[in-house]
Amino acid sequence: MSANLEREKGALSSSEPVAEKGILVPKILFGATVISILASIYLIFIYSSIEKTMGVVQKIFYYHVASAWCTFLAFFVTFIFSILFLAKRKRIFDTYAYVSAEIGVVFTTIVLTTGPIWAKSSWNTWWAWEPRLTTTLILWFIYMAYIMIRQMDGVWDKKARLASVFGIIGFIDVPIVFFAIRWWQSKFHPIVFGNGPSQKGGGIEPDMLVALLVSITALTLLYSYLLQKGVTLENMRIKVTQYKEKLREDLEN
Amino acid sequence: MIRSALLIAKKDLYSELKTKQVLATMIIFAGLVILVFSFAFDPANNTTKAVIPGVIWVIIVFSGILGLNRSFISEQRNDTMQGLMIAPMDASSIFLGKFLANFSMMLVVELVSLPFLFLLFDFQMYGGFGYLILVLMIGSFGFISIGTFLAALAANSKSSEMLLPLLLFPVTSPILIGAVQATKIILTNIEKLSSAMAWIQLISAYDVIFFVLCFILIENVLEV
Amino acid sequence: MIEISKLIKKADNKLILRGIDLKIGKGETVAILGPNGAGKSTLLKVLATLIKPTSGLVKINGLELRNNQMKIKKLQGYLPHSSLLYEHYSPLENLVFFGNLYGIKNAEEKAVELVKEVGLSFFLNEPVKNFSRGMIQRIAIARAIIHEPPLLLLDEPHTGLDQGAISILNNVILSMKAKGTTTLMVTHDFKQAADICDRIVIIKNGKVADDFRMEEKALDTVSEKYQLQVEGVS
Repeated sequence: MSANLEREKGALSSSEPVAEKGILVPKILFGATVISILASIYLIFIYSSIEKTMGVVQKIFYYHVASAWCTFLAFFVTFIFSILFLAKRKRIFDTYAYVSAEIGVVFTTIVLTTGPIWAKSSWNTWWAWEPRLTTTLILWFIYMAYIMIRQMDGVWDKKARLASVFGIIGFIDVPIVFFAIRWWQSKFHPIVFGNGPSQKGGGIEPDMLVALLVSITALTLLYSYLLQKGVTLENMRIKVTQYKEKLREDLEN
Repeated sequence: MIRSALLIAKKDLYSELKTKQVLATMIIFAGLVILVFSFAFDPANNTTKAVIPGVIWVIIVFSGILGLNRSFISEQRNDTMQGLMIAPMDASSIFLGKFLANFSMMLVVELVSLPFLFLLFDFQMYGGFGYLILVLMIGSFGFISIGTFLAALAANSKSSEMLLPLLLFPVTSPILIGAVQATKIILTNIEKLSSAMAWIQLISAYDVIFFVLCFILIENVLEV
Repeated sequence: MIEISKLIKKADNKLILRGIDLKIGKGETVAILGPNGAGKSTLLKVLATLIKPTSGLVKINGLELRNNQMKIKKLQGYLPHSSLLYEHYSPLENLVFFGNLYGIKNAEEKAVELVKEVGLSFFLNEPVKNFSRGMIQRIAIARAIIHEPPLLLLDEPHTGLDQGAISILNNVILSMKAKGTTTLMVTHDFKQAADICDRIVIIKNGKVADDFRMEEKALDTVSEKYQLQVEGVS
């Protein structure tokens, strides 16, 4: 048994160069994330001008929009890796899909918290059944359901298969949900909302645009860092269970 | 493929005819929903009329989910699902058969419970009856097709009864929005028929997209 | 009839089948013996197209398993632990349903005939849920052979049956054998294995441990070899 472990160690050390490269990427990502987040905070709070009507509260808009972008990016990644998994049946695709969905849920939660705070000050109500916000809410529910599927008991490939199928269904559903809600709202409350919530459409100052773009970059980098980290962790977890299984088997025989 | 699907649908409906378990539960449940709504919204009050379109779809959704839950769980006894899977047919035949059975049961429930609802709430129809049938058909079609698919998915879980609503409701939200809006227009404001038709088109598009998608993906769900 | 080479099945990183090589000729009746958890049922499920193998090649009647599922499904009758019968259906309704699924003509006639063969014509129209284990198993075997498959996969068919039911079951298997059917039978019952099978395969830890032909109905040989393989070595 110990000889076996030695052999495993040997196998690990032979793959050292790969591991080094594996450490470099997250380091770069981490550095870039920290720098860009600091930059975005500077740009948001010091560089960009304060919005006239809404005041300081409008600052939340940068991270709100950036998180919303990351939400869709995360779920798009889940969608792509779900398709890849169903086609290729490689575990790594499933891991990416899963981790991305988890991060997506976190970003969605951020959107759903910052949204009402902003809404309170701009529309004077905590929650409006506005297409984007409502779609995000439904998105949140869909991906909570996705995570529920992952929590099922059973062998991993069954769960991965079912979750991938739901990941595809869920993602394709999102634009339809958005159109349905937009239509529903515009038919019945055209005056209140219409183009209203689209702050970008309402002419954005150049300095605000810079801050927004930098925030989006920062959160995208954060997302990639988290994704990378999450996948590494998940892979380690899988490895550990594999070793446990191996040990158990060796002890048995 | 169609032949095997029809065989499965026939088998399901025939066994339902024998036991009458699911259908009876669905219809009684629909009746209870109506009862609860009559407590929640005073039927004597005129404003109650506004919630009728919503009530119709609440009945369909909740009683539908009861039927959907049973649809694949019932195949777990004696592992009859394996019997279907080793038979020479595609997974899509199983899906189609189950869908047909669920859809016809849903239609029976609607046929029984909706007149009952109109009667109890003393609801006068203004709009076209044909359009109402159309909305009910395509709305139920979409709901049951994606519902059958997700029921097959949820059946893999031990607590599938709890999982299915969580999966189904957010995914079917466009149908629910569209169907309720279209029903509302048809029942109360038939002059705006064109916008009801727009909603019907949206639901139909949803139906087509997801029916095809379910057909493609079902093979990955029904795999041991 | 069946060619299996280097068949491997992993579930959750646990190797269940670790490289099975097996060739079974047409008309053979093969018993698969082995301790619990050796992968016998898994092997049968792979053949029945219920489980996808992780790697390896399986050919049935010269057809590759992965690409010809439809044709292969028609070739085989599979009887797992559970009966695969609908409880509130009568034997007749069950058999007619499955017969129709397999696309056989005159399903009803065939069903009546089979129910008679397994000696339950008296209960033809009773719902299956009232049946005893032995009766259910007899209907279940009838279900598996309704389309006269050239390959029969049985997973512990004798478990929980009384002597009468066992002899009826054996008669059915033997009459299928006379028609040239290949039978693969997972079992723990050495006596039945020795009685009706002409080849024994012992599987241990996901590998074929022994494979020998039966001369005469030598129960002793089977037990001896099994002891040697399963208990003796480790």
